[in-house]
Amino acid sequence: MPDSPLLDSRSIRHENECREPVNLRLMDTSTKSMAAGTAVKPLTVEAAEAIAAHDFAGIVESHRPQIFRFLLASLRDVDLAETLTQECFLKAHRNWKHFRGDSSAMTWLMRIAINLQKDHWRNRRLQFWRRTQANAVDVDEASEWLPNGERNAEQQILAREQVAQVWKAVGSLSGRQRTVFLLRYVEERELSEIAEATGLSEGTVKAHLSRALSRVRAELRGKR
Amino acid sequence: MSWRNKLAGEVDDPMVAEALRNFKASVDAWSDAAYSRPRAGFTAARRTWRLAATLAMGCLLVAGSVTAAVVERHHQQELAHEAAIKAAAQKAALEPAPAAQPADSNVQVPNVRTDAAAQPAAASATNEDADLLATVDRDVSREVPAAMDPLAQLMNENGSN
Repeated sequence: MPDSPLLDSRSIRHENECREPVNLRLMDTSTKSMAAGTAVKPLTVEAAEAIAAHDFAGIVESHRPQIFRFLLASLRDVDLAETLTQECFLKAHRNWKHFRGDSSAMTWLMRIAINLQKDHWRNRRLQFWRRTQANAVDVDEASEWLPNGERNAEQQILAREQVAQVWKAVGSLSGRQRTVFLLRYVEERELSEIAEATGLSEGTVKAHLSRALSRVRAELRGKR
Repeated sequence: MSWRNKLAGEVDDPMVAEALRNFKASVDAWSDAAYSRPRAGFTAARRTWRLAATLAMGCLLVAGSVTAAVVERHHQQELAHEAAIKAAAQKAALEPAPAAQPADSNVQVPNVRTDAAAQPAAASATNEDADLLATVDRDVSREVPAAMDPLAQLMNENGSN
């Protein structure tokens, strides 16, 4: 590997992720150059920073909707979810240099989002007026969103009721259980990724999931 | 891997699996709709711009109203001032002038009453004065010989001689 600041630090990360076309092209070129036995011209600091900025822009573009969706499902508040999503990427941008690529960018971003959400709930407890609670959408309104698909009217109503019941069950979960549940059943993350993002062990994640599912099941059966 | 296959081992109850699938679809639809709406930043900027425009229009309206009020007040003051000057002039015209006695003791100048009600009487008195002066002038001019009379008489005398 040549002594390039970019290839030294970034290529390792992109070997894990392999998502950014710029670096993939760069790696491809360097590999070919090495294979041909030619010397690779080291990148300047400015060029490396420009490519890193391009990398981050790609990360934002690809992961922003997922982070927003997770925060929206957690908070049921569109404005707050947007604000926290922006804060999440701002924080990620500030710490982008320190991201070593030990985990995927998505897991890293999700961890930041979870911490921001925790901070928000912690700060909210100190607020007397609880303005954010007033902005949150209620369960019935949240369950209005449902793609039509190929359902008839009756199936639509049934599905809406089910969604409302799941929202109610999610609302009764603890913060940690809710996070784990949403990461698993909305974001479809692997247990290992959830464990990494939340800082819990896989066993604890499974336990939280099991309790959350029991709550959902009880809610669905109770309303049957 | 599909969602159903992925979580098949975890959710054995088909009703719960169906509910979770619907829940995910609902969250996805809501998130997509909320994500594609205009950003809060743009909305805030638009709101700020609208607020600024409203404030500017309000200021303009207030300034216009104040200016109109000031101009109207100034106009009223000017009118009042002119009216006061006119009234003062009228008052001064109606006040009795210092009694100028005519040189001729025969000429009687009637007293002018100072009140405004006596204005027609004052006018008639002025006309009488003018008539009197005209009569005096006519009488006096009759007593004076014509300017060419001596010359005419001299010519007559020469002719007769």
